[in-house]
Amino acid sequence: MRTNAPQNPHLQTKNLSIGYSRKKQLPSIVASNLNLKLNPGEFVCLLGPNGVGKSTLIRALAGMDTPLEGNVQIENTDIRNLTPRERARRISVVLTESLPMGMFSANAIVALGRHPHTNWTGILSDHDRERIAEALHAVEGTSLAERQISELSDGEKQKIMIARALAQEAPIMLLDEPTAFLDLPRRVELMHTLRELTQKKRLSILLSTHDLDLALHCADKLWLFGKEGNIIEGIPEALALEGSIASVFASESLDWDTEQGSFRMHRTPCKFIWIEGTGAERIWTRRAFARRGYGLSDSPESARFVVKIKKTAKNVEWEIIDHGLAHPFHSLESLMGWIARPTNRNGKHPDPHFPLK
Amino acid sequence: MTQGPAEQNSHNPTFLFGALGLILLGAFTANICLGSAWISISDVWSALIQKESSDPIVSQIVMNFRLPRALTALLAGAALAISGLLMQTVFRNPLADPFVLGVNSGASLGVAIVLLILAPSGVALTQSLELSGNILVIIAASCGAAAVLAFILLFAQRVDVMSLLILGLMLSYAIGAVVSILMFYSMAERIQSFFSWSYGSFANVTWTQMRIFAPWMTFGIGATFFLAKPLDALLMGERYAESLGTNVKTSRIVTLGIASLLAGAVTGFCGPIGFLGIAAPHLCRYLFKTSSHRILIPGSLLTGASIALGSDLIAKAPGFDGALPLNAVTALIGAPVITTALMKQRNLGKVFGR
Repeated sequence: MRTNAPQNPHLQTKNLSIGYSRKKQLPSIVASNLNLKLNPGEFVCLLGPNGVGKSTLIRALAGMDTPLEGNVQIENTDIRNLTPRERARRISVVLTESLPMGMFSANAIVALGRHPHTNWTGILSDHDRERIAEALHAVEGTSLAERQISELSDGEKQKIMIARALAQEAPIMLLDEPTAFLDLPRRVELMHTLRELTQKKRLSILLSTHDLDLALHCADKLWLFGKEGNIIEGIPEALALEGSIASVFASESLDWDTEQGSFRMHRTPCKFIWIEGTGAERIWTRRAFARRGYGLSDSPESARFVVKIKKTAKNVEWEIIDHGLAHPFHSLESLMGWIARPTNRNGKHPDPHFPLK
Repeated sequence: MTQGPAEQNSHNPTFLFGALGLILLGAFTANICLGSAWISISDVWSALIQKESSDPIVSQIVMNFRLPRALTALLAGAALAISGLLMQTVFRNPLADPFVLGVNSGASLGVAIVLLILAPSGVALTQSLELSGNILVIIAASCGAAAVLAFILLFAQRVDVMSLLILGLMLSYAIGAVVSILMFYSMAERIQSFFSWSYGSFANVTWTQMRIFAPWMTFGIGATFFLAKPLDALLMGERYAESLGTNVKTSRIVTLGIASLLAGAVTGFCGPIGFLGIAAPHLCRYLFKTSSHRILIPGSLLTGASIALGSDLIAKAPGFDGALPLNAVTALIGAPVITTALMKQRNLGKVFGR
């Protein structure tokens, strides 16, 4: 549980400006004047459109790139003043760059995470080995331990790289799109694993992702990276309500739906339907119609069609009422097939018995 | 070594190290016993412990020719192999070798200047390189290698490894061109002496020179053992290496420095010996099935030394009147090794995460 007592952030930025310095030109600034904080036990998702500079920010926070202005601080020390080893004990990273391989077993890759803790020989103690096993277990990669890294799938490699970061035992973990190679269930699992770790070990995790839905569900806090190089901070629900998410991702063909918490195509539906029915069937029917450009009308009278969802003990049936004529359907697919049918001039199907034939 | 991250499959490193050690011992003994005259192990032994009953001529051959030559081959082979391993790791490129940075060309240029330009203007160079006159060649080669190395290290701070690799290659071509021009305007017999240097040989290191050569090699090879950990991290790519606490720039410069000094010195003393530096680390990866440097460094040391001794044995085999050019022998051994490694792994690049 979070308390209201002032926390010492694990990491904070002071007037940080990031970007690329160019020779004989003004530097190209990606974002400026950032004052961000990562608190212990906080799971933060960094969201933003492609190319806005999420990776640049992560590299700057990890102390890999020199900031144009300002600094990144850990325990009130400028991160650039720490030696690489000191930094590695405080921050672990998972990057987007091509997943490294070499002729290493997965176990050996995770063992690399112990580098900041071992002496020059790199020989592992029992404690190190326990941490490695623990990290592999956390990402459910124990069964991969003895496999050669080059034999693993991209998703499995990503898991191993995350285990390596965990084995590093740093209080701060920065991940640049770690879910990119994973399928949906694996993404959800990974997000939950990281979330749990944040709370159990009081870590600070910052994760950049394009998975808006997942981020809205899992993150304690969102950092929204806008196209103008501004970062809006806040808890996901508040940002969704005040329309910040909409403004950051706004585009011509997408609309932010505050109720659904997601983006949808088409700003203004030109045709309207009325749906009678409840539950999952109603949601998915609505979505199927939305894709064809139908919105929900205020009353059955003003709707082009009235769709009735009839649930019986055995199955679900749809009925569509078109100009007073009712057409029954046994599946959503046949219903949508009917909607997409070619129509003649007066808007009626050439064959009145079409759907039942 | 049994508890490292490399302990990952059925290939038992301890067994392999034992086998490689035995092969090395065998090659070393054979190198001393075999040659234009065959000497039995017992005769060699009595010569070594300076038994009074030993034949003075045999003793002379063993002590003044065979032993320094075998020692040179052992040290030079180990040095080139390790140097190749270091270069391949730093550049994360399977084709990198000690000479890729132009160190070899630098040495050639130094030698070319001595043999092709200075010689006509009165520097007394004996025709045969066996005499102490070749100390000048060694100095020239080392200076040439060092100059190129200094130039490269100047850039190593500022550019990434890929640029550095291309820079080294371009430098090689440019220096090669200068050497060609020098050769074009030189007299035939001087070109001949330059050629005989460029064939490579382990026979040129006398006991006096060994006093410099041996400690130098031992120091360089010994120093690489301290680099095993940062080298493992460097294989992950520079950003990951840094995030693992490696001081990337320092380790890169130290590694390149050691690799170049090893290769430069070997080139100075023995001439440019190709292929060994590429082949030995690949053979080693193929044998040990790992990229862990705690295994690969001692492994390359053993394989490199064994290949060098084996090659020298072939080069001086009695059938070949006089001696085969060492360079030709190493290439003939090296090329199949690399080809086999390529065939077995299908994609050498994956070793380096490409």
